[in-house]
Amino acid sequence: MAESENIVAETAEKIFADLADAQTINHDKKGEWKAPLWQALTDAGLPLAWVSEDCGGSGASLAEGFSVLSAAGRFAIAVPVAETMLAGWLLAQARITSPAGEMTVVPASPKDRITVNADGSLSGRARGVPFAKVAKHFAVLASDANGDFSIALVDAGKCRIDAGLNLGGDPSDVVTLDRVQPVAIKPAPKGFDQTRLMLMGGVARSLQIAGALESMLEISVRYSNERVAFEKKISKFQAVQHNLARLAGESAAALAAATSAADAVANATSFNDEVFLEAVAAKIRCAEAAEKGGSIAHQVHGAIGFTVEHILHRYSLRALAWRDDFGSESYWAVELGRLIAIRGADELWPLVASR
Amino acid sequence: MTAALRFDPIRLPPVCEALRKEVRAFLAEEIAAGTFDPHKPNREDTDVPEFSRKVGARGWLGMTWPKKYGGHERSFLERYVVTEEMRVANAPTRRFFVADRQSGPVLLKYAPEHIKMEILPRICKGELCFAIGMSEPNSGSDLFAAKTRATKTDGGYLINGTKIWTSSAHIADYMIAIFRTSPPTKENRRHGLTQFLVKMKQPGIQVNPIGQITGQYEFNEVVFTDHFIPDDHVLGEIDGAWKQATSELAYERSGPERFLETYYVLTELVRAVGNNPDTRSAEGIGRLVAQVHTMRRMSVSVAGMLQAGKEPVVEASIVKDIGTIWEQQLPHRVRELAAFVEETATNRETLEKQLDFAIKTAPKLTIQGGTTEVLRGIIARGLGLR
Repeated sequence: MAESENIVAETAEKIFADLADAQTINHDKKGEWKAPLWQALTDAGLPLAWVSEDCGGSGASLAEGFSVLSAAGRFAIAVPVAETMLAGWLLAQARITSPAGEMTVVPASPKDRITVNADGSLSGRARGVPFAKVAKHFAVLASDANGDFSIALVDAGKCRIDAGLNLGGDPSDVVTLDRVQPVAIKPAPKGFDQTRLMLMGGVARSLQIAGALESMLEISVRYSNERVAFEKKISKFQAVQHNLARLAGESAAALAAATSAADAVANATSFNDEVFLEAVAAKIRCAEAAEKGGSIAHQVHGAIGFTVEHILHRYSLRALAWRDDFGSESYWAVELGRLIAIRGADELWPLVASR
Repeated sequence: MTAALRFDPIRLPPVCEALRKEVRAFLAEEIAAGTFDPHKPNREDTDVPEFSRKVGARGWLGMTWPKKYGGHERSFLERYVVTEEMRVANAPTRRFFVADRQSGPVLLKYAPEHIKMEILPRICKGELCFAIGMSEPNSGSDLFAAKTRATKTDGGYLINGTKIWTSSAHIADYMIAIFRTSPPTKENRRHGLTQFLVKMKQPGIQVNPIGQITGQYEFNEVVFTDHFIPDDHVLGEIDGAWKQATSELAYERSGPERFLETYYVLTELVRAVGNNPDTRSAEGIGRLVAQVHTMRRMSVSVAGMLQAGKEPVVEASIVKDIGTIWEQQLPHRVRELAAFVEETATNRETLEKQLDFAIKTAPKLTIQGGTTEVLRGIIARGLGLR
């Protein structure tokens, strides 16, 4: 990790540690912690990290931004910092200036489409849009009748929002656009399509899941070294040790897959099959790790980890929820499998060993 | 606070890609010449001495060792590329693999200079096969329970006892083994074992093959009866083998051989399914490819950290733990996905034969070179649980 990445990541870590301590916010039923946290993140320029200074952002590199997302995962952050970063990044692709305040991206699933009408307005329905309910603006990717993509900034107040919650209790909403006139709209760069947006979102979620698993491992190890049963610490039981070793394995796999994908995307000069493999493999493997690792973390904690009072659910349920955003692991596995089949058996190893 | 796990996103340097092309071209030539069949798994009882010598002549053995011992002073990442290409091609590496990965580095560290000068260049030429003498009839994972005795005699030691599950002992020129030179002490049950270089095919050594469930005779019982080993064949500290046994393990645990052992069935499944898979096959293949990609990223990361002088002991153990379980489950997952492959798939017979062999091979993968249970103990220690 370059030194500048460390500074950005450390800034994010410090803000999260000061203003989003899991124990504290878990007891704050009114969500009063959210406003000061968002203000501090905004003051540090983190939500618009991926937006250049002339477009209203702080001009951080992709790698620096990814390190913020890892930290956000480690703290299971429940304000739309990842979503606003993605939205700013999307708008920046078309050099549209980002406004202040919370944003999110539309659509957030590879199956949903927003269309550009002949009069330049936007129509369509997007399900499972994270934090749509609290966003002031949406960064929208839409295609016209010719299949050409445009990027638009849309006032959230002009859209219909049917509120929902994801497994972690965070907003996951249905956004309906009915001939909505965007604040700004520009053509997407050549070659930029919905897959690109979904994969960028997928890498973000992979990093967040990996971060949450790191924390689940840490708090599970700590708990096992404190909890006494049968007159000894449960960490001394081999069965518990082996469960935690498996959790470490899942956490390690998620971390390796997610950081490798982030590195690949950050350094990609073109969006080829190798980068596609990195991004979708991370989403698939991190989603699998969220299931396997999370269940072990809960097993180690016993009943206390199943309570609202305990912080474990903040990580375990969000990691599970993040699997669904920007294409689930099942969706991407089918897409990857089809790509592998089209390339043919003898081109599988060269792809896997390409870097 | 748990020590954080690290998996830096290591990329192979350009020199590795040039090397990879060379290795692939060489393997293609050897396949064309009929030296080995890439569709047949790397059958461990297949001993191809001339292949071993050709690999040595290419400079691909002892790649990281000093030139004065016949080595090539290249990086661990370059060795990594050679290893993974050979493994994926099902090349017959049995004769040289142990010597190159494990035995050579032990000799480099602990053998007297004249032994190094005599043996290491021959490993680099692909002339020597090594075995590892660790397990005994009542001492497997519990390495320090070994009882085979080395009794001091004039100018050396007399060896009496039995090693077991010793891979390649029937073709090996040398074995690196641990023998008991003193009883364990009350304070340290690991005390009293010494590492030795054993010259095979000598009086006092009897090798008895043991049949495996795969139908192979690849491991052996090795019985020592008053076998003489000269003093200069002691490797390292007398009674102190326990201090030496752990240092090379990071290399041994995290290489491509720890998740690619049954990889060939995945390639053949993709061939059998064809270019227009149904949703079920596509998803199954996609998941398996995502998993193998992740394993490889982890393994390359550990190789890169080792090259950089770090000691990722826990990370390396994790690679072997989840890598061997993955390669063990792979043939079963492929079998499930192949259940609906068209009867007319041209490679159906090849795939079925490969699956038979891979499914029979699978149980050993989480046992050899450190069981899953032992590895999880090491990981647990690294996590601060023991």
